[in-house]
This record gives sequence, structure tokens and C-alpha cells, in this order.
Amino acid sequence: MSVVTGIVFWVLAVVAVAAGVAVFRVDSMARATYALAASFVAVGLALLLLDLQFLGVLTVLMMVMEMAVMAIYMIMFMGMNPALMPMSMVHGKRPALAVAIGTFVVLAAGALLVPWPSRRGAPAGDLVQSLGEAVMHSKMLVMMTVSPVLFTTIVAALVLALPRGRYDRLGDDLNGTGRRERSRR
Amino acid sequence: MTVTQVSAGWVPFAAVLLLAVATAGAALDGVLTARATGRPLVGGLLVPAAETARLFRQRRRTTVAADQLLQQFGSAGLLIAALLMVTVVPLGRWTVADLTVGVVWFNAMDVLLWAAVWLAGWGPNSVQPLVGGHRFLAQALSYELPLMFALTTPAVAAGSLRLGDLVAAQSGLWFVVWMPVAFLVFCAGVVAFSVWGPFSAAVGSGAAGGVLAESAGVDRWLFAAGRYALLAAGAAFGVTAFLGGGLGPVLPGWLWVLVKTALLLAVLVALRRRLPVVRPERLAVPAWLVVLPLVLVQLLVVSVVVVVRG
Repeated sequence: MSVVTGIVFWVLAVVAVAAGVAVFRVDSMARATYALAASFVAVGLALLLLDLQFLGVLTVLMMVMEMAVMAIYMIMFMGMNPALMPMSMVHGKRPALAVAIGTFVVLAAGALLVPWPSRRGAPAGDLVQSLGEAVMHSKMLVMMTVSPVLFTTIVAALVLALPRGRYDRLGDDLNGTGRRERSRR
Repeated sequence: MTVTQVSAGWVPFAAVLLLAVATAGAALDGVLTARATGRPLVGGLLVPAAETARLFRQRRRTTVAADQLLQQFGSAGLLIAALLMVTVVPLGRWTVADLTVGVVWFNAMDVLLWAAVWLAGWGPNSVQPLVGGHRFLAQALSYELPLMFALTTPAVAAGSLRLGDLVAAQSGLWFVVWMPVAFLVFCAGVVAFSVWGPFSAAVGSGAAGGVLAESAGVDRWLFAAGRYALLAAGAAFGVTAFLGGGLGPVLPGWLWVLVKTALLLAVLVALRRRLPVVRPERLAVPAWLVVLPLVLVQLLVVSVVVVVRG
């Protein structure tokens, strides 16, 4: 690792952790969301140091997009203006802390204690292509299964979170045109 | 024509070049506005300088309980994204960053605008900017997927995500000739992420200025300059991906890139006076039911051609 790479790594690592901590320290949902986005961007850029250019840039792309949409949903479901009403970003402190510390200890212990195998073979010349082949050949079934499951989860979560939404009041007639006409008659 | 990566010392030059092209776009818009309103054209030409002088002397406007950090990041985010976009675009034989995933990089930078425009709207803690920010995200849901597939098309044809390879693959025939739909959708995407012309509902008069309703001084300048810089960066990328980049007779490659970029930018800037503003909620249906299938068919055609050709 050259000096420049070392500096870049440490800067990104500190930014990622600091922004991650900020998620729970700030009192606004917009700040918490975009602190998380900043943390992910730093992780994505750190992936570039491993020469995983595609995955790194894709992480930045996906995470910024996700956080932009997530902020909207969070604010929508809170039904208030958190900029005017500062709020804590932490719920269920003790169990969350226990789970977080437990996960960290397990992962860190794994990273430190597992005897890492030495590298066999060399990395592929074109990493993007080999990644595409891995995903499209052997893992194709997994990808095809995971995406509808994920999508269904999102829709189901929305329906559960918003039991008395527009569908409940209006059925399929979301614009309410039919109802208006009925009331006119 | 091989593309070489220049040293980091050239980065300021690339930034100045982008700003110069963006200024030319702003001047063109000034001239078009002056012509439409019957004022002297020279005055229109000087609009960028006059606006800069005006906004740099203006105070920032502060609102109650504003989130200034997020607002300022949002306002500056457009210009930052534009500058990051052009780092991968080759100027003839030279490029600032010769990334193997240049196309994805461009895409990731245009997604940064989801965050930037919304934050610029959220920051002031005021109704109209917030409406504008939400409008932009609603519009983004319509334009982003077609734009992504439009970006994929030249990459599939060239068999590479590196912009230098995209240019090299067009030495026989420019991509715009056999993927016109992808080119048009890409241009629409650029106009949309620049919050420009028909896709400027987020800053439109329909919401009293939207994202820009509470914006003044340097913040407003950054946002305005960012929009022109985004149009310029998008035009430069479009020239590279669809219009043969630096390919062309007689003139050197870098000059061809600049000439083509200027022409495409002029078309994009002029669009504003030709097309009405589309409301984001009206955009969703045509974008998902017409444009997305069209661009997917375009991608299919190109993929079949690539497979058949071997």
C-alpha cells in the first residue's frame, strides 16, 4: 500500500465511521438519512481501493438513490415536520445496543481469529465481465428469486405501514373521480 | 485514437473548461431571452456576468429553523456533480480519469442530484422549496430508469464501460445513427436532471420558484451555475457516447469534442423556449409505459446486432 492509498483509506474509513455515528446523534431525519448516505459513499469509494471499480461506483449510485427515497418515506410516515420538531433517532436503546455490540464482537472476532487462507490463483483480468458472468450464469436463479421477493416485501411493508391509505378509502378509484360523480348524482 | 490519462495538475484546467462551456450556455440563454422580449442582444450576452455580479453582492437569505448545512450542500451539489461527471469524459486524446467503469460513474454522479436538489429544497424549512424538492424526486422516478437503459445501450454496442472504448467503437459509424431512441432519451434525461426546460417543474413558477423560492446570493448562483454546468457535462458525455467524441475530419480531436458539445448544448438550452413545462405526476405514465419500453426495444435491437455481428 503506497502512502497516498494509505491516507485515502484512513480518511474514507474515518468518514464512514463518523458519518455512521452521526446517524444516531443528529436530531433531524433528513440529517440522519444523508449521514447514512455519506457513510455508504465513503464505503463505496473505499471499494475503489480494492480495484473493485464497478462495485464501488455502484454502491455510491444505489445508496444515494435509496437514501433519497428513504428520506421521503420517513418524513411521509411521520406526518410532521421534523425540522421544526427535533427528535431522537434512537428507539429501543438497550436491545439495539446489545444487538449492535454483539454483532460487532462476533464479526470482529471472526475477522481477527479465523485463519485467513492465502490467495489461490490470480484475479481475473476484466473484473466487470467476470462479475457479470458470475451473476448471470451460476447465480442467475438466486437473482431471479430474490428480486420479486424483495419487491413484494417493499409493497407488503408499505401496505402494513399505511393500513388506512388511499386504497382503503377509495379502492382502485384513486383519483376519486367515480366517488365525486356519485355524490353529484 | 487512444486516450491517455493526464496528470492531476490538469484538473483545474478541466474545471475551468467546463465552467467556460457552461457560461457560453448561459449567455446563449440570455441572448434567446433578449430576442424573445425584444431587448438588445448584447445585454443578453452579458447576462452571466451581470447575474454573477448581482448574486455575489446579494446576501444569503436565512429562514426560521433552516438546515443551512444541508441547504448549502444541496445548492453546491449540482456544480460538484457536473464537475465529477466530466472527469471521465475524454477531450480528444486526454482524459482526467480513465475509469474502466466511466459510464457507471456518470450514472452515479447524476444520481447524486436526487440528493442535491431535494436537500436544496428541504434546507430552507419553507413550503415552496420543499414542494419543489419533492417534485424533483417524483420526476427523477420517471426519468432515471429510461436514462439508465439509454446509457447501457452504447456500452453494450462497444462491449465496454470505458468512454475511450465507446469513442473507438464509433470509428465506423456514430452510435446516434443506429441507436437514435437511446440518444433522444439520454438528451431528455440530461435536460431532466439539469432541472431545465420542460422538466423544470421543481424550480417553476407553479410553486413560486420551487427549490429556489428562498434561495439568494451565492447559494442561488451555485444552483444556477450548476444547472448550466450539468447541461454542459451532459452534452459532453452525449457527444462522447453517441456523436463520435473526437472523431471527425481535418480538425484535432479535442476541438471536435468542443464543437460538438457546443452544438448539442445549444440545442438543449434552446429547448427551454420551445417546450412547455411537464408536471411530474403527468410524466410518470408516458415515461414508464411508452419511453421505458421504447428504450428497452432499442437496447434489444442493439444487443441482437452485437450478437449477430459477433
